[in-house]
Amino acid sequence: MLGVLGGRVYDPRNGSDGETRDIWVKDGRVVSPEEADRQGAEIVDATGLVVMPGGVDIHSHIVGAKVNAARKFRPEDHRGAERARAGAFRSGSGHTVPSTHLTGYLYAEMGYTTVMEAATAPLVARHAHEEMADVPIIDKATFITMGNNHFLMKCIRDGRHEMARDYVAWLLRASKGYAIKIVNPGGVENWKWGSNVGELDDEVIGFGVTPRQILETLAQISGELGLPHPPHIHGINLGRSSSARTSIETMAALDGLRAHFCHIQFLSYGKGKGGVHTSEAVAIAEAVNAHPDLTVDVGQLVFGSATTMTSDGPLQHSLHRTTGSKWMNVDVEGETGGGIVPVFYKRTNPINAVMWRTGMELFLLIKDPWKVFLTTDHPNAGCFTSYPHVIKLLMDRDYRAEVFEGIHARAREGSVLHDLEREYSLYEIAVITRAGPARALGLKNKGHLGVGADADIAIYQEMDDKAEMFARPRYVFKGGTLVARDGTVVADPPGRTFYVAPSYDPGVEKDIRRHFEATYTVSFENYSMLSQPVTHEEVIACG
Amino acid sequence: MGEPLTLITGRTREQAIGMHKGKTSPEYRQATARVEMNADDMAHLGIQEGGIVRLRTAAGEVDLSAQAGTLPRGLVFVPLGASANLLVGTETQGTGMPSFKGVPVTAEPA
Amino acid sequence: MSTTIEHVACTFCGCVCDDIVVEIEGSRIAGVRRACAVGRGVLDEYDPEVRRPTLRGREVEWEAAIEAAASILDRADSPLIYGLSSSAVEAQRKAVELADRLGAVIDTTSSVCHGPTGLAMQAVGEATCTLGEVRDRADLIVFWGCNPAASHPRHFGRFSLTPKGTHTPNGRKDRTVFVVDVRPTGSSKQADHFLQVDVGADYEVLTALRSLVKGNDLAHGSIGGIPVSQLKDLVERMKACRYGVVFMGMGLTMSRGRHLNVGELFSLVTELNDYARFSVIPMRGHGNVAGADQVLTWSTGYPFAVSFARGYPQYGPGEFTAVDVLARGEADAALIIASDPAAHFPRRAAEHLERIPTIVLDPSESLTAGIAQVVFPTASYGLDAAGTAYRMDNVPIPLRRLLTSGRPTDEEVLDRIIEAVK
Repeated sequence: MLGVLGGRVYDPRNGSDGETRDIWVKDGRVVSPEEADRQGAEIVDATGLVVMPGGVDIHSHIVGAKVNAARKFRPEDHRGAERARAGAFRSGSGHTVPSTHLTGYLYAEMGYTTVMEAATAPLVARHAHEEMADVPIIDKATFITMGNNHFLMKCIRDGRHEMARDYVAWLLRASKGYAIKIVNPGGVENWKWGSNVGELDDEVIGFGVTPRQILETLAQISGELGLPHPPHIHGINLGRSSSARTSIETMAALDGLRAHFCHIQFLSYGKGKGGVHTSEAVAIAEAVNAHPDLTVDVGQLVFGSATTMTSDGPLQHSLHRTTGSKWMNVDVEGETGGGIVPVFYKRTNPINAVMWRTGMELFLLIKDPWKVFLTTDHPNAGCFTSYPHVIKLLMDRDYRAEVFEGIHARAREGSVLHDLEREYSLYEIAVITRAGPARALGLKNKGHLGVGADADIAIYQEMDDKAEMFARPRYVFKGGTLVARDGTVVADPPGRTFYVAPSYDPGVEKDIRRHFEATYTVSFENYSMLSQPVTHEEVIACG
Repeated sequence: MGEPLTLITGRTREQAIGMHKGKTSPEYRQATARVEMNADDMAHLGIQEGGIVRLRTAAGEVDLSAQAGTLPRGLVFVPLGASANLLVGTETQGTGMPSFKGVPVTAEPA
Repeated sequence: MSTTIEHVACTFCGCVCDDIVVEIEGSRIAGVRRACAVGRGVLDEYDPEVRRPTLRGREVEWEAAIEAAASILDRADSPLIYGLSSSAVEAQRKAVELADRLGAVIDTTSSVCHGPTGLAMQAVGEATCTLGEVRDRADLIVFWGCNPAASHPRHFGRFSLTPKGTHTPNGRKDRTVFVVDVRPTGSSKQADHFLQVDVGADYEVLTALRSLVKGNDLAHGSIGGIPVSQLKDLVERMKACRYGVVFMGMGLTMSRGRHLNVGELFSLVTELNDYARFSVIPMRGHGNVAGADQVLTWSTGYPFAVSFARGYPQYGPGEFTAVDVLARGEADAALIIASDPAAHFPRRAAEHLERIPTIVLDPSESLTAGIAQVVFPTASYGLDAAGTAYRMDNVPIPLRRLLTSGRPTDEEVLDRIIEAVK
């Protein structure tokens, strides 16, 4: 039994806006005060402290093939960002791409206890799961990339909707994934021919289907299967001046279907002068405000070092050509691809400054905090360790104005930012970092502190400097266990891996096997993880 | 003394197959205790097919049975294994990789 | 009574062919189908008989051997953990944990195969793909400094030369194949074009190719032993192809220039992506050497040559690589897992293992085991132990347990050692 007593509790899901409340925990779950048994209980005096559910990150790249390729690719990233072993805690290294154990420690030390790995190709899902087993403390899950999947595109071409649905269900089970991920639908396949897509109705070479069909089909299937998290969409034209237009078109195409648009900052640009895009945050925010069934995360840019990594292969090649930075590309048979390019974002670079500004504007213009979540698309726009800094920008308009004044003058032109006086409250921060992402993920026991919730609790000392406040929580509990104190990890229990197990007609396996034997270089039997448990796994029910 | 040549080492099918039999097996020893040379180089040095040739590098020397192989003049090939290891030095030029290929070597009949 | 098991993965080389059929009779493998001549032996020469560990050549109980190993490692100031490429991910994870605990140097056989390839990738990047993309799309294949006919015998048939893929319906006829090597090989015989490069001249030739790709003309009659006309022909084909793939091997990594050779090739491949799609795949040798890179990288940030002496991982090719550490006599104890440096290292580096207490974990007899103080005959992953191996294109393949021998796995032995060290 654990009692966190007298704290100012910010629990938006249960309507608590800083009210003084006691939280009681038994066997890793929050229990009602009636069940409290002070006798022998561990008591934390939280008087005057800010109590929130553990942070929930809806989009981050922390494990798996592309993250590990980036680690290997960037020894220069790790030097000076090492952590020595301490007792039973493992050593590690890495600034933008920390090693696995260090990743678990850093998230927990910041008060985050649930993190979604945003993209895993099914062919290498086993790899992602092996790494997840080495990320301690935090609960995790991974989204499965499907937007360029050959079997699916064939089903769409042939009008076999049910077969596509059965396949998606099978694929999620076979890869122990949590949600459908769509990255530049059709564009990654076209990149394998040296091309891309630019419009929703462009054709995917060799399949005769369009990005629009892929998006619509997967969004429908996600709903039909009752997946807890809607399709997680990185649309077409990311980083291009046409991105805002096609983002809005994509939102319209999926009207009436649930969808999550990730790192929308990267897809909110219009055409500017001399290759410097404009921020179209106003139009994007308007579209987000208008569509009731969609959520977004921002992917806020943070000035400094970053490692861009995405399944969007053609994007990464053009980024390599633009920046001259070293480039990695991996084409993955029948499924997807990806690329990695290190970057350094500068305030004095007009393009980078516009990106920063776009993210800020989105946060401030999207009215309902339950629809917009805090991410940096780690490590694409910035590191997850910058979240406290981003929170400060949102909560402190003087600080925000100061940073705004320091960015390239061209990026300040025409910005609505200096007129946006909005400051996020602690309650709203609890929504965009906890309650909101948990709800969008369909994780019923996360992001709140009501009875039955996982006892993931972050307790902060309120300070004027919100970056400092959120960087070093006084206490962090994961499943009722104290895991970090004053920003330092004190215990590293293993975290769980969540996945979904939607049902499907087993007859589809025959068709999948035939496809496999014709196109894959691994055996069907050695691809699926269906009958293979991963450590500390937990199935989240489909609705 | 002896003729200045260039040594490369590498894998062969026979060496790999011999490995499964055990590195103390006659198959493995036979597969790795040999040198392939250009036929003209062998003739020039007066080495017969199957004759014993003494190879010497900065790292060491070894006597091996010579066979004519499809090699350009000046190149000799020794399969990876105990014999090759006597001829390869430990300088890695800051990489961890010794010079397993391109080693100056002299050859003479033993 | 015999049992047939299909879709078995062979762990000998980086192809990790997972379509092998194995017949089991009792506790033995009675038949192997589809495996190649070099891989077959992994399966049908394996003797799963349980053997006791040895301490200075004498059989002892497991407990005593664990204690002896732990005591050697506890006493050491600068232990070296090396090998790992023929073990599974599960054991590789434990090996890094032990190295972290001990403040040891940990290195893998990568350092003497594709370590320089890793350095090149870190310097200039790498455009690559999985082997299925090669089979389905590639119409131009170049093998540079590698000889799959000897080292990866099924590579041609499964991925790169003859198989029929979605966009290569006619198999071999749909592919143009080049081999670049210092000598004719079993592989060059199967190529459409063989370019014989002078020993040590790869870098020059690659630079010439990059220059030609950029549109410069070269006046020389030949470069590195190859007529410029042939280089021009290759460049034209490279720029005009649909999807080109270069497979590269130790001809580049073990020769003068090492990582610089590979970097030049990787840069060439990167630049070719302005004209056609192009990828490069390093021909990884040992069955799970790619997995060793992966595990070291996710645990430490670096793929090989890692020292924990300062309490945190430091990367030092040339400094913390096994050949260097041994040649300089810096290691005062060694733990060798599933590899045989005594058979494959320069003699003067391997000799040091005889002077220091050495511990060996290996399913089969090795030359290193012959000079070791403590030897653990462990189970073989994919035969009498389950685990994961990563193919040369970093695709993970599950290894199943086919036999129930009762031998402990590398993972179990390492776990016991981790518990026993102070």
